Amino acid sequence: MDFEAVIGLEVHVQLKTRTKIFCGCATDFGAEPNTRVCPVCLGYPGVLPVMNEEAIRKTILAGLMIGCDITRHSKWDRKNYFYPDMPKNYQISQYDLPLCLGGKVGAVGVTRIHLEEDVAKSFHFATNSGVDFNRAGTPLMEIVSEPDMRTPEDAFNYLTALKEILVTGGVSDCDMEKGQLRCDCNVSVRPVGQVTFGEKIEIKNMNSISGVKRALEYEIPRQINALKRGEKLQQETRRWDDDDGKTFLMRTKEYAHDYRYFPEPDLMPVVVDDTMLAEIRRQLPELPEARRHRFVAQYGLPDYDAGVLVANGALANFFEQAAGKNPKAAANWIMTVSEITTTPIQPEHITELVAAIDAGQISGKQGKDVFAEMLAAGKPPALIIKEKGLAQVSDTGAIEAFAEQAIAANPKSVADFRAGNKAALNALVGQVMKLSKGKANPQLVSSVLAKKLQGS
Amino acid sequence: MSLFALTIAELREKLRTGEVSAREVTQALLNRIQAVDGKLNAYLWLNPDDALAQAERVDAKSDKLLAGIPIAVKDVLNVDGQPCTCASKILKGYTSVYDAQVITRLKQEGAIILGRTNMDEFAMGSSTENSSWGVTRNPWDLERIPGGSSGGSAACVAGDEAIASLGSDTGGSIRQPAAVTGCVGLKPTYGRVSRYGLVAFASSLDQIGPFTKTVADAATMLRVIAGHDDRDSTSVPRPVPQYSIAGGVKGLRLGLPKEYFIPGMDREVEAAVRAAIRQLGSLGAEIVEISLPHTEYAVAVYYLIATAEASANLARFDGVRYGARVRGEDVIDTYGKTRGAGFGPEVKRRIILGTYALSAGYYDAYYLRAQKVRTLIRQDFEKAFQKCDAIVTPTTAEPAFKIGEKSADPLKMYLCDIFTISCNLAGNCGISVPCGFAGKLPVGLQILGKAFDEETILRVAQAYEQSTDWHKQRPVL
Repeated sequence: MDFEAVIGLEVHVQLKTRTKIFCGCATDFGAEPNTRVCPVCLGYPGVLPVMNEEAIRKTILAGLMIGCDITRHSKWDRKNYFYPDMPKNYQISQYDLPLCLGGKVGAVGVTRIHLEEDVAKSFHFATNSGVDFNRAGTPLMEIVSEPDMRTPEDAFNYLTALKEILVTGGVSDCDMEKGQLRCDCNVSVRPVGQVTFGEKIEIKNMNSISGVKRALEYEIPRQINALKRGEKLQQETRRWDDDDGKTFLMRTKEYAHDYRYFPEPDLMPVVVDDTMLAEIRRQLPELPEARRHRFVAQYGLPDYDAGVLVANGALANFFEQAAGKNPKAAANWIMTVSEITTTPIQPEHITELVAAIDAGQISGKQGKDVFAEMLAAGKPPALIIKEKGLAQVSDTGAIEAFAEQAIAANPKSVADFRAGNKAALNALVGQVMKLSKGKANPQLVSSVLAKKLQGS
Repeated sequence: MSLFALTIAELREKLRTGEVSAREVTQALLNRIQAVDGKLNAYLWLNPDDALAQAERVDAKSDKLLAGIPIAVKDVLNVDGQPCTCASKILKGYTSVYDAQVITRLKQEGAIILGRTNMDEFAMGSSTENSSWGVTRNPWDLERIPGGSSGGSAACVAGDEAIASLGSDTGGSIRQPAAVTGCVGLKPTYGRVSRYGLVAFASSLDQIGPFTKTVADAATMLRVIAGHDDRDSTSVPRPVPQYSIAGGVKGLRLGLPKEYFIPGMDREVEAAVRAAIRQLGSLGAEIVEISLPHTEYAVAVYYLIATAEASANLARFDGVRYGARVRGEDVIDTYGKTRGAGFGPEVKRRIILGTYALSAGYYDAYYLRAQKVRTLIRQDFEKAFQKCDAIVTPTTAEPAFKIGEKSADPLKMYLCDIFTISCNLAGNCGISVPCGFAGKLPVGLQILGKAFDEETILRVAQAYEQSTDWHKQRPVL
């Protein structure tokens, strides 16, 4: 019997806001533990949350980019459970009226997007544990997909596309190493052709998009083999261990929480009016898919180049500023820059570099040296060309003088050329280049030489 | 007359003219507390040096509304640097790290924060017997309760241990103790006063309000504490009126709800309240009969919604970040031991009730249905206020009862708030003013108003108070 997997993903994304969702603490990553905290995000007695409107706006922007319906009257709920990383032992979240409903990323349906507060981070030491509350209260968006994926690749592609969208919109940096994007998988298997789903198994603790793929590549055959052996699967939560490349049982359904959701009385309902929605719509960036098509049409780029550039919004923006008269050449240079956000190169310097090569001012090979210098020092190409004395000699008078010297010094090559061996010209060109210390324009040299040899 | 026995208005006059200093007033109160608090146990915490230092700093001759006036606060309000235990063992040793918004306002207006008053643990109770730090006694009869949950704040004003005080009212916790101790207690409209810094019991019902010796003082206190606060999303951005209380009741229609005179209520209480209403009639008010038909469900609705919210609000007291901790085998065990040792029986009972009401399978039948009935109760008031400008009722069905009398029966205790609870559920405002005695025990008249119409109930209360001298009667301690 053939089996297929059914996969749904729950993705948590930290929003790129300056401050936390319900207090004024900063959200910057990497600060000393418990230095981005206040009575509100520590859950001290008597404090109250105040909604950060920017978090609402960013979530709606994400929803619009994914094609969701925006809930005009939404609200907050309390999700109750005890854990040391939860300052209040309830999380302010959204239960039955999430901000965004429906939507699609590629072929995969998005069920809902809701907003909530992130929890603190626990650290476990040899004899005790510590909690860093810096992260507690960071705005966190939960994006729940439909169970529309069938293969690990589907999941990989969905996550990659989702990340691309969120980064493009400035909703989140989605840096998984910093925990800005976290993903839980729900996966079940069933015989091909069966309509009902198998027992849903949740996998947690994947730290990268490729980790999600690896976890599914392990988990799907595990479930199929179990069924083939005649075992019964049951609802459970499993933990992915990336080092072992295996999933391990965390808890079964009997230990499922009753979160006792109820409406948060400390916050007013969220009302998204027409004005607010129109403002957010105006911020809608061009979506990656549309941008790729435009890069091909407008700049004449190959699909591959358009894909590479658009996959990184900053790279694509840089390219658009640098495209100039020869976009393809500009793209070639830009695609070699690994850290576009920190590079000292200015977009207009790429335009100048391409123009210098196209005008024959420097050779392509010299261009590489100039580019290396641009990467290292951030200087404009004109300055580097001048400093290194790289400008090609295109002065015919100077080249003619070198050509005559070369002809005089290489009678054999001259004779060979005249005898019909066209390749002999290259040797002469090489001599001229040598005499000019590499600065002569090679095309010009060969035409001057050819004219002289044929003319006399 | 002794300085401690004066009102805010009287003292402000003496302070403004320099007849007395803030230090003299504060010292007079500290002496009074020294003399009588051994009998009352109204205060949980006092720092005489700090109070006197505040008195030295204040410019009592300024025009600030409370310059030089010593005020006590319920142990549920955060004051930076002071303890804040909510009369619970679980917050033993906790020191506040910020000022509640109402404290900031008191300080801005020159008040002297005198000390912290006793209460039912986490404001859960109607007698102050649920305090972890011993019961507070009623200044009129030391064998009796001072009401609750703000019993300490009521007793300290009734016993002249503070010029005024702040309490909190979730289901009657200001009005009921005010009634049974013979002072004025005001519960403002939900959203009128910022709750920032008030340790939450039931977030959708809690409001902070004053205890005072006169209606005029209550109006002054409200002017100070009312207003929008960016840190409380449920505080309403409406301008704060002057709360002018003059004008009398002539031409006002006062509603008399038939549901608020119940069989079994104390006959002397009923007689005092009916006499007060007649008095208002003779002052020119038109008394109209009204109905609040869903009143009988109010207590049930309240004990589902308030406990549900409390079950979440009190979850943060886990011994992880602050307060008392009892170490266990692991984190779950530590939670259990800490909360088991830290919370008293009534708090535990309400956490369990609320947790149950929110549980899967019970939510619709309990919490959700309670919210629907809450809407009906609110609509009752909306309809009633089409017929009248304010509603007059007894504050309680009986005067202060004996300490221990109801401790064994939580249901009987819950019924103490039967006349005050609907006002919180509807989000309206209410005030209790002294209206006579049942034997030697004070009786309160409750005046309920429309949302954000404190001015009208203060006006009615003022007209009544000025036509009687109940408020001038003081207990002998």
